[in-house]
Amino acid sequence: MKKTAKRIYMGLVFLFLYAPIILLIVYSFNSSKSRGQWGGFTLKWYAELLQDRQIKEALYFTILIAVLATIISTIFGTLAAIGIHNMKRFPRSLSLNINNLPVLNPDIVTGVALMTLFITANLQLGFASMLIAHIVFCTPYVILAVLPKLRQLNRHLAEAAMDLGAKPSYALRKVIIPQITPGIVSGALIAFTLSIDDFVISFFTAGTQVTNLSILIYSMAKRGVKPSINALSTIMFLTVLVLLLLINKKSDKGEELLL
Amino acid sequence: MKKIVIVVILASVILTTAVAMAGCSDRVVLNVFNWGEYIDESLIDRFEDETGIKVNYKTYDTNETLLAKLEAGGVSYDVVFPSDYAISEMIKSDMLLPIDFSNVPNFRYIDERFKNREYDPENMYSVPYFWGTIGILYNRNMVDDPVDSWNILWNEKYKGKILMKKDVRDSMGIALKVLGYSMNSTNDAELQEAKELLVRQKDLINGYYGDEIKDMIANGDAAMGVTYSGDFMDLYWDESTDFSYIGYGVPKEGTNLWFDAMVIPKGSKHKAEAEMFINFMLDPEIAFQNSNEVGYTSPNTEALQRMREESPEVFELPAYWPDDSIVQLSEVYIDLGEYKTIYNQIWMEVRIE
Repeated sequence: MKKTAKRIYMGLVFLFLYAPIILLIVYSFNSSKSRGQWGGFTLKWYAELLQDRQIKEALYFTILIAVLATIISTIFGTLAAIGIHNMKRFPRSLSLNINNLPVLNPDIVTGVALMTLFITANLQLGFASMLIAHIVFCTPYVILAVLPKLRQLNRHLAEAAMDLGAKPSYALRKVIIPQITPGIVSGALIAFTLSIDDFVISFFTAGTQVTNLSILIYSMAKRGVKPSINALSTIMFLTVLVLLLLINKKSDKGEELLL
Repeated sequence: MKKIVIVVILASVILTTAVAMAGCSDRVVLNVFNWGEYIDESLIDRFEDETGIKVNYKTYDTNETLLAKLEAGGVSYDVVFPSDYAISEMIKSDMLLPIDFSNVPNFRYIDERFKNREYDPENMYSVPYFWGTIGILYNRNMVDDPVDSWNILWNEKYKGKILMKKDVRDSMGIALKVLGYSMNSTNDAELQEAKELLVRQKDLINGYYGDEIKDMIANGDAAMGVTYSGDFMDLYWDESTDFSYIGYGVPKEGTNLWFDAMVIPKGSKHKAEAEMFINFMLDPEIAFQNSNEVGYTSPNTEALQRMREESPEVFELPAYWPDDSIVQLSEVYIDLGEYKTIYNQIWMEVRIE
């Protein structure tokens, strides 16, 4: 009895989480643009998606910046976390407080601040400025994800490795990194999600040449979001779902979760 | 594992360089910034083919975001499409370049009624792009009285089924129009009367809303509400659903006329090409195609003429073609200056009471 109640509760929670997405997927096949009525099954929004120059351009920049920002901020964040971990108490808490600023700041403050910085530094707003902005707000989250794993490390292991003749970089690569890999991976995933999702910071640092999906979708607010966006969201959701299933299947088979 | 990491890093470096280099080119690139879904995109390709000028077309969602981006600087747009009140703000802040109309001969096709309007009295900076009205969207099945006056929003019969707009200018403007005053009034007595009228209305309305009004009426959650003519046109042009039960009335007292117009911001580096683009959009055939695709009313007389020949039924719709007598009584919002805070104050009092 209790077990059924637990199952029902869990089912309700999942329903609450996924109902909007399921509705979105269903409406991506709706031939009526209206959000209230079903007009018949169609694939025309997917066809329109392939032809839409603006959406393709936005998707290209979104993914490109997300991938680059994730890689760079993960590398920075991991190295920074290792450095912070090895600091004495006062510099460490100071660094952590500074690190928390972009996390706690509202996006609009970060966005306008970065934009002002770029303009003052005479950097033309464009791809570079947007990429730098994304790295700036992703790195703190990577640091926050990696630090707990570092704390769980047995700190004598790296010392032992170096006693046995390993150079510090070797100890880093072969001893420390493999043990904090789960932290690095979750940091990278958070960074990727944040980057794809971001609107405010991207909007202010994008300049005239680049755009991303969030900016594009927000600009559709006045006349209603195009149904081809539903199609795009469905494809993105299914891609992520498939990736997650593959990753989980791999770790189920007992293999270690590799980068 | 090591190899994968090296490959990934190398790939990122190559990608970043490639994208950074891609920006360099000798062709003139025009930066056009418009509302989302507000143009026939094939016309952009056509302009590029005909003139050899590359168009970098980006979109925004509100006048406020447009203004924020332009005021911040660091960007150089060549053609943007603000609304009337945004244009008057931009003129005041000296953010626009005066247009050289000898480069825009197609300006002669613009309807005389839409030249030299209140937001650009000498018509030096802007060229109208689309226009429309604010009116009452209603469900024909739920409303049996004629919808031709603002008074219907105060009709007891529809208590609880009336939607008013969250916007301070729209709601205050409607109240002022009901009383026979100007929508740009700066007379304290008139504003107080308007406030009392709005307070009296509060019992009858369902609430103050924004973009949801269109959907709420389509779903039958309300009988009538204040919307833009564009909202009605969006429902009208939706081929996959039958919205014939939805109507739109433009009150005979007159209403607010809205205009979206093409302007050239000060940071533009390609003024001549920007004027070419504006002239291109005013070409009768182009304007007709654009107006056909977007679905709003063009200010271009030749385009309207062709629209009349091809789809005469659309001119029966008050949302598309309001009666000239109503257009004469209608006003464009002008900048209220210091009265802006007074309007906001009154509006806040209405919302709280």
